[in-house]
Amino acid sequence: MSNRVYTVDALIKRGYRTKSTVGLLNGCVAALFLVFALMLPLLAFYGLVPIETVNMAGRYLAFGIVAMGLDLIWGYTGILSLCQSLFFALGGYAMGMYLAHHGNLFGPNGIPEALYVVYPYAIGESKGMEVLPWFWMPFKSFNLTLLLGMLIPGLLAGVIGFFGFISRVRGVYFAILTQALTVAAWMFFSQNNMKFCGTNGLTHFKTIAGHSLREDPVKLALYGATLASLVGVYVLCSLLVRSRFGRVLVAIRDSEVTLRFTGYQPFAYKTAIFALSGAIAGLAGLLYTPQASIVTPSYMEARWSILMVVWVAVGGRGSLGGAVLGALLVNLLYNTLTSQHTVLGVTWKPDYWQFVVGLLFVFVVLVLPGGLVSLWKKYTERIAVET
Amino acid sequence: MTQTSEQATGGYSLESPTVNALWSRKYLLFLHNVTAVFDGFTALDIDDIGIRHNELRVVIGPNGAGKSTLCDVITGKTRPTTGSVYFDGEEITRLSDAEIVRRGIGRKFQTPALFDSLTVYENMELSLPGPKGIFSALFATRRKVEQDRIMALLERVKLADNVNTEARFLSHGQRQWLAISTLILSDPRLLLIDEPAAGLTDAETELTAELLLELRDKHTLIVIEHDMDFVRQLDSPVTVLCDGKVMTEGTMDEVRRNEEVIEAYLGR
Repeated sequence: MSNRVYTVDALIKRGYRTKSTVGLLNGCVAALFLVFALMLPLLAFYGLVPIETVNMAGRYLAFGIVAMGLDLIWGYTGILSLCQSLFFALGGYAMGMYLAHHGNLFGPNGIPEALYVVYPYAIGESKGMEVLPWFWMPFKSFNLTLLLGMLIPGLLAGVIGFFGFISRVRGVYFAILTQALTVAAWMFFSQNNMKFCGTNGLTHFKTIAGHSLREDPVKLALYGATLASLVGVYVLCSLLVRSRFGRVLVAIRDSEVTLRFTGYQPFAYKTAIFALSGAIAGLAGLLYTPQASIVTPSYMEARWSILMVVWVAVGGRGSLGGAVLGALLVNLLYNTLTSQHTVLGVTWKPDYWQFVVGLLFVFVVLVLPGGLVSLWKKYTERIAVET
Repeated sequence: MTQTSEQATGGYSLESPTVNALWSRKYLLFLHNVTAVFDGFTALDIDDIGIRHNELRVVIGPNGAGKSTLCDVITGKTRPTTGSVYFDGEEITRLSDAEIVRRGIGRKFQTPALFDSLTVYENMELSLPGPKGIFSALFATRRKVEQDRIMALLERVKLADNVNTEARFLSHGQRQWLAISTLILSDPRLLLIDEPAAGLTDAETELTAELLLELRDKHTLIVIEHDMDFVRQLDSPVTVLCDGKVMTEGTMDEVRRNEEVIEAYLGR
């Protein structure tokens, strides 16, 4: 094999009986991940692992869900979106409003405690007679919150995608457009116009679906729900990318013009996948907020959009498992490197993290364009050739 | 020029649009008074070109003669500045590129346009005729009839061993053939084939010529070519373009004897 011309599948066709080996290896990795992920709450239940660790893992799994959505639109379809963080935050705010509704309330109209500090007395409202804006109302219901938390970002992505893609905005221009919208949303949420508590964000959460958020079983259940969602989204996305729809997405990445001349309407596919990725990010936001106990506009800042791209780039574009891996690894690294360590008299400061993430991105782009997953793929392909 | 115009229309004048539409019905494709001007430069200035049903027409011409612009205008990639394009009796001048494809005009680009990270088979699959909407793509299954058709075509162009090879690993000749195969599979009524022999070895050129000749019975083809040997193998009516205008039409031998053509080719 001087230069590898055939894919693993082609080699199999040529008599290499290796599909089972590669498939088995991939299956083992997935099983290992699941076993580890399921062990974690069990260990916490018996007090061997602090509950905070499970809580943290739950939040990182939520990031893994966002990463998969971003991978669909960026890795598979080749469209760099810098507004996944906005969709994530919208899901987060939906859940935040629900949780605020079910915390401590004040006033005859039931104003959430979180709003107490910053509540502005608009014309016609005097102290004690405050009213919540109408759009806060649907978020009293848990089920409606879950629905809207995915529907709103999904629809918003659909609208952005529709107008962007139909006028053939692409490449770096689309990235800039999405980033600009995210910044606009950030400024909007940072003010208190919509009574979202400005930069303070929504907090003072007490209960979710009638259970106290402080109890360990509730935290474990939230972790479980996040893990189940991750697996569910993974299965859904794998089915999607394996269907002809998935091949159209890859075809858009390769050559959109050719695809148009094949009779497809790329813009419809792009809009659909962007809407789906938005809804997936919304789901992640819904799961993240109760585990983080706060939602602030800081998730809409530019650094979060870029960070999400870094997760996927490090893990491996165009691989769903890679996206999850990247999100988990980069966040674990973040967790380690943003606390102060002293090794051999040298002090590591949390501020250095910014440099690490920057270098990591440059390194991946220059040395490992396929991300960490490409190393694994190379390894399994070598096995496929040797056996 | 007038002479060519009369040949194409049988001597009738084409003044009113109704007459145009009626006349164009005789041809599968009919271009009338088409010009394409880019920043003051006239890339294309055609009085009349008509392609009959099941005809193989070769369009030749020196570099910059407007051959690719002609293709762009027919497929809707470029809007003509003036004039009309009729396909099967209906005007398609203002339709979108996707709509023109749906009406049945398929095109192979000069450089074979393939989906590089999809396999040969998947490239073929995307070209299958039929619904191309989101939902049909979501629930599409591999049907035996389609599989057989794809495999038969790939067998013909010697790509059957490479079904699972990603297109980026194919040689140049294989890419040309795959591009032609995907076009054939999509079953258009008119095939526009832009430089199918560019960069091919002699043996590969021969197979390509055979392939195009086989297609002649069931399809209408326009082949844009540069390579005179290849055109001779096709042995079909030739239209010579020069400076965006139709210089002459006729068989290969007639064209080769034409003083103007010789000058246009050698004078550069």
